[in-house]
Amino acid sequence: MSAATEAAAIPITVDFSGGLEMLFDNQRRHSVSLPAVDASGKPATIAFLIDHLCRTLMKDPRAELFVLDNHIRPGILVLINDADWELEGEEAYEIQPRDNILFVSTLHGG
Amino acid sequence: MGEASINGEPAAAKAAPNGCSRRLTDDEFDRYSRQMIVPGMGKEGQLRLINSRVLIIGAGGLGCPAAQYIAGAGVGTIGIIDGDVVETSNLHRQVGHATARIGMKKVDSLITHLRGLNPLPTYVSHPFHINPQNAAEVISQYDLVMDCTDNPVTRYLISDICVLVCKPLVSAAAIQKSGQLTVLNCPPTPQGLVDGKYAPCYRCCFRKPPPPSSMVSCGEAGIMGSVVGLMGVAQAGEAIKILASALHIPSPPAAGDTPERNLQQPTLLIYTYDLESAVGPYSFRALKMGGRKRNCFACGENSTLTLAGIRAGEPDYVQFCSVPTSSVSLPPEERITAAAYHAAKQKGELPEHILLDTREKEHFSFGSIEGAVNVPFGKLLMKAAAIKRDVSPASEILPLESEKTDVPIFVVCRRGLDSQETVEKLKELGLDNGGKRRIVDIMGGMKAWKEEVDPTFPFI
Ligand SMILES: [Zn+2]
Repeated sequence: MSAATEAAAIPITVDFSGGLEMLFDNQRRHSVSLPAVDASGKPATIAFLIDHLCRTLMKDPRAELFVLDNHIRPGILVLINDADWELEGEEAYEIQPRDNILFVSTLHGG
Repeated sequence: MGEASINGEPAAAKAAPNGCSRRLTDDEFDRYSRQMIVPGMGKEGQLRLINSRVLIIGAGGLGCPAAQYIAGAGVGTIGIIDGDVVETSNLHRQVGHATARIGMKKVDSLITHLRGLNPLPTYVSHPFHINPQNAAEVISQYDLVMDCTDNPVTRYLISDICVLVCKPLVSAAAIQKSGQLTVLNCPPTPQGLVDGKYAPCYRCCFRKPPPPSSMVSCGEAGIMGSVVGLMGVAQAGEAIKILASALHIPSPPAAGDTPERNLQQPTLLIYTYDLESAVGPYSFRALKMGGRKRNCFACGENSTLTLAGIRAGEPDYVQFCSVPTSSVSLPPEERITAAAYHAAKQKGELPEHILLDTREKEHFSFGSIEGAVNVPFGKLLMKAAAIKRDVSPASEILPLESEKTDVPIFVVCRRGLDSQETVEKLKELGLDNGGKRRIVDIMGGMKAWKEEVDPTFPFI
């Protein structure tokens, strides 16, 4: 990887809903500048983003409310530009500039 | 109009399931005129509603507003199932009940209200909770199901039955300041049919429930009446649309009118409300969901789910959602009942101690035990994490700068679960001073305090 690629960052917005915002400073929308490649030089994926969010953005220590065994915990939907991530390749989806990634916790109350 | 005999006779209506050609009675004509003139509805749509049977599961915050619009619109048979009774704390959101009906079964209270609104439909009362033994029998009597319940165990059960008996399901949920809505299994498609694009079931969209530790109920997290109300009304809107356009009728595969033909983009609507800011562009979002999943446990091609199995306890829904049990993890010497704590304090037998109250500050603001200091559970965990990272000393977690490291700590929360976790956490941080300092959980929290000590305590 060239130095230019390594330095590049992808501008995206990350949204939290359904109570997950609580883990991220009670803020529903974050502008995130995501490194374009991970430590091994591979393009940034959703899996990389999740790890990045845990390391840099999460204010609450209860990481298990967001990730479990290195994957997003059951009961959280991930939406890439308003579409369920399974339509886009789930964790392997490569993040594009100006993507909007939404994490929403499924609700059960009524 | 010479058709008065049809009035209040859904049996006659049922005899002609596609009886969309009869004349409307004067009363029906008057009552439904404003909705019938809406493009797309017409007399035909109205007659379809009159000939339909809807089951509303849950007569609470979603079920009340949903039922009002279902009844108002003239759905011919409306079943309501719920085993609860009306409580005062329900009324800010469960607007189909009334102050005068506190203590009454919710189904009877709601039906009373609905009859006042529209006496024409047939109302069916199922005054018990839905469970694996009764679910199929109740659900199969209806054309469409509305999930207005409040817990994942019932949500998975309802969806599974709807798959097996081929009923469309309109599902909504809400808590605190957010709501969600989705239409499932519509048009209904037989289990195992996967070659093509078919509608998802609840499990296709939400494969696994969240761990119990991440779930809170409306009783704990709170709920804005308008938020849950909005979702209930939207649920009624979806149900009316499905029934009026006959999307609920499973098409025989041979007829060439496959379920696939009527499939609309599966969508999850989410609503997020904010008490501090105006309506923003992201208050409502329509999210694109996938269709039926080939490997779905309930509707997929190799599914082993059956009605007989469900009735016999397979799958185990409670186990699947691992509903938290009130299992006690602390040894008896680290626990005290609210009554015993109070008695010891009264008799002057309690030494100087710190009393930590780990409820949210909104709860704490309504009242607390004398001398209690509020450290909300989330904040406490954050402080504990900072201590672990060596950012701050262990004493930081205690609100009072206390030099005496042997002063006992008592912990109280709302219902007695967080307090036990807090005791564990404090010991983990070494605040028990190698066992020299007692750290004690007040069993059952402020709920127990109200029951055992002070009945006038404003427990929320
Ligand atoms: Zn499914």
